[in-house]
Amino acid sequence: MPININDVKKIAFLARIRVPDDALEPLAGELSNIIGWVEQLSEVDTDGVQPMTSVADMTWPRRADTVSDGDCADDVLANATEPEKKSDGGFYTVPKVIE
Amino acid sequence: MSYTIKGKTGDWEVVIGLEIHAQIISQSKLFSGAATAFGAGPNTQVSLVDAAMPGMLPVINEECVRQAVKTGLGLKAKINLHSVFERKNYFYADLPQGYQISQFAEPVVGEGKVVLDMADGNVREIGIERLHMEQDAGKSMHDQDPKRTFVDLNRSGVALMEIVSKPDLRSPEEAGLYLRKVRSIMRYLGTCDGNMDEGSMRVDVNVSVRPIGETELRTRTEIKNLNSVRFVMQAIKHEAERQVQAYDDGEEIIQQTLLYDSQKDETRPMRSKEFAHDYRYFPDPDLLPLVLTQDEVEAIRGALPELPDDKKQRFIDDFGLSAYDAGVLVAERETAVYFERAADGNDAKIAANWVTGNLFGALNKAGKSIAESPVSADAMNELLGLIADGTISGRIAKDVFEAMFETGKAAKDIVTEQGLEQITDSGEIEAAVDRVIAANPDQVADFQGGNEKAIGWFVGQIMKATGGKANPKLVNELLRAKLKG
Amino acid sequence: MSTLTDLTITAAAAGMAKGYFTSEELTIAHVEAMEQAADLNAFITETPEIALERAKESDARRAAGNAQGTMDGIPIAVKDLFCTEGVLTTAGSHILDGFRPTYESTVTTKLRDAGAVMLGKTNLDEFAMGSANITSYYGPVKNPWKGQGDGKDGKDLVPGGSSGGSAAAVAARIALGATGTDTGGSIRQPASFTGIVGLKPTYGRCSRWGIVAFASSLDQAGPLTRTVEDAAHMLTVMAGHDAKDSTSAPIAVPDFAAGLNAGVKGLKVGIPKEYTLDGMPSEIQALWTQGMDWLKDQGAECAPVSLPHTKYALPAYYIVAPAEASSNLARYDGVRYGLRVAGDSLDEMYEATRGEGFGDEVRRRVLIGTYVLSAGYYDAYYIKAQRVRTLIAEDFRKAFEQVDVLLTPTAPSAAFAIGEKMDDPVAMYLNDVFTVPASMAGLPAISIPAGLDSGGLPLGLQLIAKPFDEETLLRAAAALEAAAGFDAKPGGAG
Repeated sequence: MPININDVKKIAFLARIRVPDDALEPLAGELSNIIGWVEQLSEVDTDGVQPMTSVADMTWPRRADTVSDGDCADDVLANATEPEKKSDGGFYTVPKVIE
Repeated sequence: MSYTIKGKTGDWEVVIGLEIHAQIISQSKLFSGAATAFGAGPNTQVSLVDAAMPGMLPVINEECVRQAVKTGLGLKAKINLHSVFERKNYFYADLPQGYQISQFAEPVVGEGKVVLDMADGNVREIGIERLHMEQDAGKSMHDQDPKRTFVDLNRSGVALMEIVSKPDLRSPEEAGLYLRKVRSIMRYLGTCDGNMDEGSMRVDVNVSVRPIGETELRTRTEIKNLNSVRFVMQAIKHEAERQVQAYDDGEEIIQQTLLYDSQKDETRPMRSKEFAHDYRYFPDPDLLPLVLTQDEVEAIRGALPELPDDKKQRFIDDFGLSAYDAGVLVAERETAVYFERAADGNDAKIAANWVTGNLFGALNKAGKSIAESPVSADAMNELLGLIADGTISGRIAKDVFEAMFETGKAAKDIVTEQGLEQITDSGEIEAAVDRVIAANPDQVADFQGGNEKAIGWFVGQIMKATGGKANPKLVNELLRAKLKG
Repeated sequence: MSTLTDLTITAAAAGMAKGYFTSEELTIAHVEAMEQAADLNAFITETPEIALERAKESDARRAAGNAQGTMDGIPIAVKDLFCTEGVLTTAGSHILDGFRPTYESTVTTKLRDAGAVMLGKTNLDEFAMGSANITSYYGPVKNPWKGQGDGKDGKDLVPGGSSGGSAAAVAARIALGATGTDTGGSIRQPASFTGIVGLKPTYGRCSRWGIVAFASSLDQAGPLTRTVEDAAHMLTVMAGHDAKDSTSAPIAVPDFAAGLNAGVKGLKVGIPKEYTLDGMPSEIQALWTQGMDWLKDQGAECAPVSLPHTKYALPAYYIVAPAEASSNLARYDGVRYGLRVAGDSLDEMYEATRGEGFGDEVRRRVLIGTYVLSAGYYDAYYIKAQRVRTLIAEDFRKAFEQVDVLLTPTAPSAAFAIGEKMDDPVAMYLNDVFTVPASMAGLPAISIPAGLDSGGLPLGLQLIAKPFDEETLLRAAAALEAAAGFDAKPGGAG
């Protein structure tokens, strides 16, 4: 199914990636090509075939309920782009959100 | 007693479904080893996994799975031996991964039911659609700074159960009863503490209305993030009335997410949810499917504590309590535990009266919960014992209880200190009887003239004379003997 | 004795053990090689100070009689997809600007604990998305090999991708070995393009903890080395169960180097007929046939097998991998690390940061992934691809009922010039046509340098084995390596 400019805008917003206006049309073309190419999968008869959820043939590993991590606010905030200074509270910050 | 809303052209009913987000009681988070305790400093209970650092991976906490299964069994629900964690993709300030790990197509718990005891004595069965596990998000604070929102990830990754009801509820009162019942079941099980003011239980409400008799569901709105039973009930009432008003005014109801302002009693659309979401769920490739064995489930079932419905029936069957009293006593786990301790070795009916009467009255007046009661269950047990063995009379016991409630002292100590032991020495009582008969010839004549009821007056006089301590049975016997003689 | 940079890991370890040279001397030789070959752009971050410090520690250990094993004191390069404590980690992306992890990936921790010496962090396709190492924010990596004819004279060639920096570093004698990651061929295809050995272990063999995720159900770390034996030594250290990775296999790790020379007598080698492509260069077909003969000469039996869904592995991969990537890359949002581009609202900040922070190929794949997961398309694309994936795994399972290993070419071509195949993403994706099927089934596979094409560029052959049967894989690889006797070196090296 071809992807048009409006589709690109919609998925770009879902993915929160700004796409300059002049890139929309070429991108729509590229994405359409890729989607058109993967659509060859429709040739495959997959009736009754389970979708793979994991290649690993294992049972789920379980973690015991103990506190073994955390208490490392310095590490957590070490690379923050605009952190509150720890003395001011030690929060991450983002542009103000209105709920 | 059905709940209806009067519209211009007729009566409407409200259709309600609830989604309860209940924090699972666990030491550490669902997919990381960071602590879950409430009230720690910002970002101090955050692991690198919770902060979604590059390359960090989730590993599931087995206790959280057990807690979810336990809750499912408590809701009489089907446990799915194969369930899958999926990613719910969306961007938000307090969602560091850009997705929430949740269960979607294959939840760990399927359909179940909850029984509500209605005020009129009837019961209503409310369907449970499903229960699934998911991670909590962090916390955004919008009022700390004029230009920025602050984000604390302490809650990020804390295990939640989302319990989704079927749209079976028909009034704000039913919604309130349902919430209290589910909370009670979780507290009995020890799977969620239900402290709504600490956010460990939050509720989303789906509301629609329809004219009585209509069977199709109409468009619903969702009121998000309510944090008290009272607000849930108020918000439903408000929203149902708003919808009826809108239909009466010829407007359409649009499916949207609302916030409820309890101070203004109004709902308003949530701005951050304006855009239609497309969550793009898919199985989380960092996690394997969650596979349980029937044996594991049965082991959990075998270790379940007695739940409120069963306990109520036992109180009725074994103790001869009324359905009403039994219902009151089992509604909260703490109350039931208190009652059973207090009643141990004593008359259960008398114990029930004391707990639901004197104790609840005193707690109410003091604004205290049963957990904060100055009179412990053991202390109550002792007091009831003193009545049963005749050490004090039921009347004196009320005074003793008040003193216990005030001072926290043991019943025996108060009785000893104040010399409140019942007088069972017949000589002492006989002397008092003689004095009262001698001093009141008119009343004696009245009784002997055939007014049997006058005996009550004599009893009162003797109790007064003995400070209420005389054994009422002995007083009666002696009085009758003397007066008739 | 040859120059120190020309040694194998095995030989270097023996040299240090015998006291012929120290890790410090070995490391200095490689640091100098790294400086001299800066033009290749194989490294994003060079860490000579760390390398020398760890080399000295290694020498001290050895002097005290506590040498750790073959990897102790060995200078290696680390793909810049592995998080390294205190050292810039970029994934080749602008969006991770300035990111210095406070933690070390499990695989690099194991290598470090075994005494390996980190020379630096190697260049790669952005977030490991690419087959030519041309999508890195830090510029393309040059292949140390130069070709002749076919319009390649004197041109800079790609080293393959995404582990292009690691492959170039090992081929150019800058590092004795390097870590790579392979999602759809990112170790094997660059190994083939640069004339070295590249091993992708079974999914779950090496921990993914601390590796920047591209596609979680496919990503797997592995070594790039100049010999099969070196790959075995490195894998022995890198592999092992990790409780921090739920998909890590709780399976014991043997000494993979132990059984290498047991030979292939009686080994059943499957030749999947679906790997014969229309238009594939005849040289590659010929090399493949040669590979069969080499194994047969040593007593192996070659038999045709069929993997009917091979053709669909690549399109299925290009649904599954971007879908997972679109979600895995959501965490790069300008809040907790990396680039932030200001915006007036939260969404504007996200869009500006991610718009500027991701390059074209990453943007393309994130958008494709978003599309195939979105409402109305999920079943038609994502679920369909996962069903096809089940069929692909089933094909392999059936084939392995008849044979022990499979032999195929690694890539449909030799290295091409930087700038080629840039206009058509799908043409670029076809580079991975032979490597992707094993990835989709989670199987171990290895590329062995087997010969040169007419232009003098290396070509690789691929072996694929059963899950967790790296021992058989390596044994067959050693036999192939011995027969091929590949000793060509890139012009720029040695």
